Amino acid sequence: MTPAIALERITCTFVSREDPSRRYTALRDTTLAVQPGEFLSVVGPTGCGKSTLLNVAAGLLEPSGGTVRVHGDLLAGINARAGYLFQQEALMPWRNALENVVAGLQFRGLGRDEMLQKGNEWLRRVGLAGFGDRYPHQLSGGMRKRVSLAQTLILDPGILLMDEPFSALDVQTRQLMENELLELWSSDRKSVVFITNDLEEAIALADRVVVLSAGPETRPIGEYRIDLPRPRDVAEIRLAPRFIELHTEIWHAMKEEVLKGYAQQQRQ
Amino acid sequence: MRSSNGSRALRIWQVLLLAGLFVAWHVGTSPTLLPPLYFDDPNRAAFFFGEPLKVLGRIWNWFAGGDIYRHLWVTLLETVLAFVLGTVLGLAMGLWLALSPFASALLDPYIKALNSMPRVILAPIFAVWFGLGIASKVALGVTLVFFIVFFNVYQGVREVSPVVLANAKMLGASQRQLLRFVYLPSAMSWVFASLHNSVGLAFVGAVVGEYLGSSEGVGYLILQAEGVFDINTVFAGILVLTAFALVLDGLVSLVERRLMVWQPRSGETERL
Repeated sequence: MTPAIALERITCTFVSREDPSRRYTALRDTTLAVQPGEFLSVVGPTGCGKSTLLNVAAGLLEPSGGTVRVHGDLLAGINARAGYLFQQEALMPWRNALENVVAGLQFRGLGRDEMLQKGNEWLRRVGLAGFGDRYPHQLSGGMRKRVSLAQTLILDPGILLMDEPFSALDVQTRQLMENELLELWSSDRKSVVFITNDLEEAIALADRVVVLSAGPETRPIGEYRIDLPRPRDVAEIRLAPRFIELHTEIWHAMKEEVLKGYAQQQRQ
Repeated sequence: MRSSNGSRALRIWQVLLLAGLFVAWHVGTSPTLLPPLYFDDPNRAAFFFGEPLKVLGRIWNWFAGGDIYRHLWVTLLETVLAFVLGTVLGLAMGLWLALSPFASALLDPYIKALNSMPRVILAPIFAVWFGLGIASKVALGVTLVFFIVFFNVYQGVREVSPVVLANAKMLGASQRQLLRFVYLPSAMSWVFASLHNSVGLAFVGAVVGEYLGSSEGVGYLILQAEGVFDINTVFAGILVLTAFALVLDGLVSLVERRLMVWQPRSGETERL
């Protein structure tokens, strides 16, 4: 089967603008593939280049070396078949919730009526019916994430790239959002790359977990199939014996890298 | 309740202070109320500082007789034209330079030089180029407004959140759509933030332009009065201009409140 996204031997070297002799290689020869309909979680210590990897897959960042294939086609420019959920605030603050949700449709030149109807439908699906006229600053962090989710999913992308999307939320909101994400995902099984530094979140959501090494020159160091049954409830599945087994196994592999990453941060 | 009482008391104090200033002005300049303290001639103080009753009488005559409206209209027209033209030019130039690193690097020293030049000094040149009518005043106002808007737009475009930008790209925005739906709104918020400044400077441009040579406008009235040492009319003109500027500023605040609903205000709570 052709992977939805195939990253082949990706290398990313950043050159310092002030001093071109100073380089930082975030990724080296990293190869990673997501199958159609697969939910892949990528975990790694902080600062290991996870976001860099995702930006390459999204076409926002051109790698120094290596190729990206989307359903077999070589990627050039923005990955139009992918939706991207950012870690930071990505909503346009001058647009209200509804206008933000329909932004992508507007860019595609859809008619006004159809656009608003779809927008309201998606606001309802993410539990924000009646909040369409609120501006981002009038919404809570969780609500803003829902708007972002609706904004991305309204375009029905085949691939969903998520960069620690829920890391800024409190634990309860986070679990709610994770469950909602799983529910939305189960209805049409998009290919998902979910980046996180939270191993529990990664296992609870994914079909497969890939562990990255600490940076620089990040590469995958382990791959684990998550054979937990679906549908899952992220709060409950954490107590299942198989979950704990997997968690122990993966954590064991990750621990050394996390310590390495931590030590590097201390040095900076 | 307490705060509204407090603000009413404050308002009363402010009015009392204004009244006090006028009384002091009156007492200090009236030839008969005080013995001359500083000037030998009891009429000298009135000659230099005017007399408030005469000043107010002059203002009353202007508005009751209808003479002033034509001049106010001209000054207003110059202010609005300078503001609109300066804003449009500043917006276009700011967007262009912010999005084109080469043009920005090339023009940087010139922009800096033009900005640090005391631009009021261009007024005589504009009078030669554009004559004594409205155009030369508008030109002066434009040079003042342009730089404020330009720097704000430039800053606004530079400070567009890279995440918002990347998000819009992922949602499929073309270069043009990025300009229209991301850069422009972001820049506009900075323009609105500088609205008070730019309207104020458009007004300064109009009045200074009129003062330096014109046949109409409130600045012209002041210039005429000064020519015959009619200090009361000069003060009357100044008071009218001040009141006019306050009204303009109030209008700007209204517009601002309408257009900037999306910006968080400190201490705002969610309305349910």
